[in-house]
Amino acid sequence: MISYKTDLIFDLPQTGGNRTYFDHERLSSNIEGWYDKALLREEKLDFPDLSEIQVVRHYTNLSTKNFGVENGPYPLGSCTMKYNPKVNEDIVANPAFARLHPLQPDETVQGTLKMLHLHEQQLCAITGMDAFTFQPAAGAHGELTGVMLIAAYHRDRHDDKRQVMLVPDSAHGTNPASAAMAGFVVREVKSTAAGTVDMEDLKSKLGDDVAGMMLTNPNTMGRFETDIKEICDLVHEAGGLMYYDGANFNAILLHVRPGDMGFDCVHLNVHKTFSTPHGGGGPGAGPVGCKDFLACYLPKPVLQEKDGVYSWDYDRPKSIGRMRSYNGSTAVLLRSCAYILAMGAEGLYDASEAAVANANYIFTKVKDHFDHPEGKPMHEFIIAGTRQKDEYGVSTLDMAKGLIENGVHPPTVYFPLIVHEAMMVEPTDTETREGLDQLVEAFINVAEEAKENPEKLLEAPHNTPVRRPDEVKAAKELDLKA
Amino acid sequence: MSVEIDVRNDRVYTKTHEWVLVEGDIASVGISDYAQKELGDLVYAEAEPVGSELSKGDVIASVESVKMAEDVYSPVSGEIVEANESIEDAPDQLNSAPYDTWIAKVKLSDPSELDELLKPDDYRKLCEEAQ
Repeated sequence: MISYKTDLIFDLPQTGGNRTYFDHERLSSNIEGWYDKALLREEKLDFPDLSEIQVVRHYTNLSTKNFGVENGPYPLGSCTMKYNPKVNEDIVANPAFARLHPLQPDETVQGTLKMLHLHEQQLCAITGMDAFTFQPAAGAHGELTGVMLIAAYHRDRHDDKRQVMLVPDSAHGTNPASAAMAGFVVREVKSTAAGTVDMEDLKSKLGDDVAGMMLTNPNTMGRFETDIKEICDLVHEAGGLMYYDGANFNAILLHVRPGDMGFDCVHLNVHKTFSTPHGGGGPGAGPVGCKDFLACYLPKPVLQEKDGVYSWDYDRPKSIGRMRSYNGSTAVLLRSCAYILAMGAEGLYDASEAAVANANYIFTKVKDHFDHPEGKPMHEFIIAGTRQKDEYGVSTLDMAKGLIENGVHPPTVYFPLIVHEAMMVEPTDTETREGLDQLVEAFINVAEEAKENPEKLLEAPHNTPVRRPDEVKAAKELDLKA
Repeated sequence: MSVEIDVRNDRVYTKTHEWVLVEGDIASVGISDYAQKELGDLVYAEAEPVGSELSKGDVIASVESVKMAEDVYSPVSGEIVEANESIEDAPDQLNSAPYDTWIAKVKLSDPSELDELLKPDDYRKLCEEAQ
């Protein structure tokens, strides 16, 4: 029996049961003898006073209200909600990896360093880059690291007028944010109706103030930039560098490499491309790779190998410095390394083919029910709820809520920003045929419901413990305890 | 996918898609039809408080839609003499009637600034190019 009660932990009966295993009274009565009184708080901490089993039940019940890729189809476009193989959890739990401290001397952690070195070689081979850093703690942190490499390169050449970073108008918000954070002025490049870079607009935005361009390929509209060679050539001729945002790398793995397209540095989202968990705010990893000529600027220390012995090299005078404490989220990187070993080159090749085939399978079956941008999708596709909104007053948000009642997670909505009423759908390579069919049916169901029974969608969802949270209130009145 | 954009001839505009309607020395400020279409369904809107002294380009209001949060910039300098509180409870008015829903009224401190704003035809052209 699942409890649908949604009491906050602060509102549970405070039974004081947390004294089960510890003699709380004795411990707290002595505390004043241990510390200077000035260091102790005068008021009692306002913590829930619960027994262990109350806490476990509370969080277990909450977890049953969650919907993850382990519950059903989760086609969150751009986020790549791949299934995370369980074998990787076994590997990271191995005490030989799990019981290490990041400050242990190099000679006592040779196995882990060897793994990281192998992972660097894997990523270099897959991306066409020459070196990688594992310091960035997530994708956006990787973006910042990558554009800082570009800034360091121009600074090192005393080319100080290069203050502009080009970013397509379809880009993830993190791109302009990372560029601004690194001190660049952002200049937007327009997209064509098909969602690719507008070459004429790009040419008009180039100049000797351009430091580089950030681009995903396939881009944020889910389209492959077929002019990529010319884009890279134009930016290079203008003196800028090309930054590859790995957000959509899962669509082209082992089919084409960013390094061969002409990119100078890349970041990878290992949670999208290499099946590591999406973290939920926990530790992540956004490795950054670059061509040889940028390697001297990589964050230090840099992993090096000499006669089969691995160590950290701190002697990097041109390095941009540290991007975080320690040297990366090793347990996350161990998962992505294991995934690549398990899949092999052929497996990765097949995975990106399956990602594209799965998206196109759904798109072909649902496209007549929605408006959609022209052109052929890759691993994700966009449909728009404009028809439903104009004709029946049902918005994309309403349809997303309706999808919940069809047993699937809604796709990404209202992104990319340049498409009105957008829904961005990405089933990923790990979705089953049954899951794909379930998604097709769900999308067609809501499209028909928008026409025949719009009132029901306006009220959806009907069967969830919470129906429509007040998102504005949640964002504006942050009070987790009230 | 281009959409019909409504541009009214009775007022002037900014490049950042605010409109200004002047009566005497009072300028009503709102957001254009193009702006509300780009933002999508608004879920939050709040003007700066009455009495705020604004320079041209200062934030006069904040709006949030289902997809983004944006600042609305004051097209003119002056003091806010009235703020439309009804948009706080019903921000969707800005979607359904963008030109009938003013956000704030500003007492102009420098009426010559109005000359720098976009005439309806120029603004119409700007919207077409942006699409």
